[in-house]
Amino acid sequence: MTSPLLSVKDLAIQFSVGNKTVDAVHQLSFDLHPGETLAIVGESGSGKSVSTLALLQLLPPASSRIPSGSAIFKGKELLHCSEPEIRAIRGNRISMIFQEPMTSLNPLHTIEKQISESLLLHKQMSRPAAKARVIELLELVGIPDPAGRLADYPHQLSGGQKQRVMIAMALANEPDILIADEPTTALDVTVQKQVLELIKSLQKTLDMAVILISHDLNVVRHNADHIVVMKQGHVVESNSCEAIFNTPLHAYTQTLIHAEPKGRPAEVPENSARLLEADNLRVHFPVQRNFWGKPVRFMKAVHDISIAINEGETLGIVGESGSGKTTLGMAILKLINSEGRINFAGQPIEHLNQAQFRPFRKDIQIVFQDPYGSLSPRMSISQIIAEGLDIHQIGSKESQDQVIIEAMQEVELDPDMRHRYPHEFSGGQRQRIAIARALALKPKLIILDEPTSALDRTVQVQVIELLKRLQEKHGIAYIFISHDLAVVKALSHRVVVMKQGQIVEQADCNTLFADPKEEYTRELLSAAYFYSE
Amino acid sequence: MLKLLSPDHWKPLNQRRWQNFRNNRRGYISLWIFLLLFILSLFAEFIANDKPVVVSYQNSLYFPVFKVYSETTFGGEFESEADYRDEYVADLIQQDGWMLWPPVRYSYDTINYHLDVPAPSPPDTENFLGTDDQARDVVARLIYGFRISVLFGLCLTIFSSIIGVIVGAIQGFYGGRIDLFGQRLIEIWSGLPVLFLLIIMTSFITPNFWWLLGIMLLFSWMGLVDVVRAEFLRARNLEYVRAARALGLDNRGIMFKHMLPNAMVATLTFMPFILTGSITTLTSLDFLGFGLPPGSPSLGELIAQGKTNLHAPWLGVSAFVVLAVMLSLLVFIGEAVRDAFDPRKL
Repeated sequence: MTSPLLSVKDLAIQFSVGNKTVDAVHQLSFDLHPGETLAIVGESGSGKSVSTLALLQLLPPASSRIPSGSAIFKGKELLHCSEPEIRAIRGNRISMIFQEPMTSLNPLHTIEKQISESLLLHKQMSRPAAKARVIELLELVGIPDPAGRLADYPHQLSGGQKQRVMIAMALANEPDILIADEPTTALDVTVQKQVLELIKSLQKTLDMAVILISHDLNVVRHNADHIVVMKQGHVVESNSCEAIFNTPLHAYTQTLIHAEPKGRPAEVPENSARLLEADNLRVHFPVQRNFWGKPVRFMKAVHDISIAINEGETLGIVGESGSGKTTLGMAILKLINSEGRINFAGQPIEHLNQAQFRPFRKDIQIVFQDPYGSLSPRMSISQIIAEGLDIHQIGSKESQDQVIIEAMQEVELDPDMRHRYPHEFSGGQRQRIAIARALALKPKLIILDEPTSALDRTVQVQVIELLKRLQEKHGIAYIFISHDLAVVKALSHRVVVMKQGQIVEQADCNTLFADPKEEYTRELLSAAYFYSE
Repeated sequence: MLKLLSPDHWKPLNQRRWQNFRNNRRGYISLWIFLLLFILSLFAEFIANDKPVVVSYQNSLYFPVFKVYSETTFGGEFESEADYRDEYVADLIQQDGWMLWPPVRYSYDTINYHLDVPAPSPPDTENFLGTDDQARDVVARLIYGFRISVLFGLCLTIFSSIIGVIVGAIQGFYGGRIDLFGQRLIEIWSGLPVLFLLIIMTSFITPNFWWLLGIMLLFSWMGLVDVVRAEFLRARNLEYVRAARALGLDNRGIMFKHMLPNAMVATLTFMPFILTGSITTLTSLDFLGFGLPPGSPSLGELIAQGKTNLHAPWLGVSAFVVLAVMLSLLVFIGEAVRDAFDPRKL
């Protein structure tokens, strides 16, 4: 056994919030050997990112404290390094890539400048030498025509390419350790797969050690040698990859592994009526106008889409970011202008103005992706749920209170909490509140726009189960918009696959997953199930 | 109503803000000092006046502060209002009753005819801060001047905030063409030379308090537009606003219920600073002689007198001290309010 490259012992981190101290991490220990991949897995707030930031002294010194622990990197104590010493290690011997490639790159600098920055800084290379090295690095991370992209700015690259540039930046000085903090979370599934494979192959060529941080145990399955599972700052389990997956010892690890949404929705009742029909729906945004302000070029966000949905049915809409799936939902809700025919419960609604459409709003509701943004922070839960009742003048004050209590019971929240404010609730609870708000109006159709994407896996499963139960009980139809195929499979009867504003494939859910007809669908499926196989 | 004033009945968020405000000791103490001074100055007639507060004459009570009594009421000869400072009238009343005087026996326009030296006279026991060049008591003028400055500032702040919030809200909410034209209009409007317009206008009207307020309002409403507009533009795409729209709430409802509270934070944060700005503008206009009508108690006019009478430093110094204290208090309060509404501290 070689001696470890990085050895962390009993690391503890505290944050002071106001006059309170919060323990973010307790007694984290691990060893990292050269060429090895260590995965730190945990849900949000488990302290996984914080611990790696602490290693490089990147935590805000004013509000954080490291009461105990040591981190020895090549015989040097990282936690007590002076500022110049740690700077020589940061970005040079230990590099990091972050979750959000959109904001991690400076939008005003060219690709060449961003990558060569650390070369010029740490290696004192000459400019021509640095340029040659940048091209070499871009080639390494698989950017086509690297020499031609040097002068590009970040906005000219796609999300996956930005993440590749980030990796190139991190690799510029051939670090001993690469810390990848949720490197794929913000990316589409097909791109996720490529990025993970890239990290793996680079690790082999460059003989690096990698610390991979993720909230999804299945993502790290193919990459990690050793896995540390964290929960609320405590290490729950730490073992080799096979051991964790084959014989998970801790109950929490087991729930994480089995946190794939499973099962199928209940059958659609026989002879259920047609609820919504959209024919040749189009949403075009002008991107270029001529001198007179007449649009000459359009972004076809939704182009000739026809869908239909019956009562009690779930229609899944799948696609990567930018495929127009959210725009489609907004168009059905008439929150944005569209062309084409929309029939709701047998009545044409496409020509109605906002005032005429208002009576229909109570039948079509929406639940948004971000449970933090979709609830007004200034209103109590009961006010939030009662808002729709007030608008549509349903019931008196007393009977409204009864409706609120029932809605909260439906989504399995304690009705006694109805006078609290949104910030007192967790993400999963907030999403339940958003569902309760929609339910209170007894809608016939709920558009679910990525309702589970911002939630941890274990919470996702609970929300999906809740949605299934509600559908069974009330016969509500769902339009379920998601990029996550596993979730879509668990909830949908029929699935529409979208790409660049158009329908690629539309089929029964079972058929689509068992026998995809289109190449793009196959690609999506293989990327989504790449981990779990 | 009283319930609303007690912090215990506020929303938790506002309670936290109040706590943050109190934690800023300087701002909290400034608020109390300012409120005390302001409330005292509201009762200026009872502090500095050339009429007694209560007169008892032949066993009946008279209130000269509120009501005009002719000299004949007290056995005098003239039908005109009694001049209580006149020894003859004072004697008449003293013979069969008594008078309760305010602490300062001068109003802002009372001329002291019994000066030993030519006006402006230096501070003495009769006029604590001396008199100005028209032999009027400086203390009285400061008290009344403070009141009119603050009242003018408050009126201007409230009216320009109301207009600014409405315009900003409409621009931010509807966006597009309305926003574009609104912004251009504001750019042109703010390019107008305010001072010259004021000078021209004062040449054919005699500006009183309300005229001046109106003219200043024409140009001061733009301060808040940008902030409120930005808040509304941002809030327009917030998910809870979309959710409200999906619930069927109309535009007015969305603006008032969901977006205005967001914009109010920015507005309230700005308000103390607008107030100081308004007071400063009024003072500078008065200093230049384009402000309130001649004879009104005004701090700017007192400073102008201090400038022309450099041999009478008590004029300039006392006006400066009052202005400096008032503006500093307001700035301290403003800083505390800004900190209290700072979302990072909640």
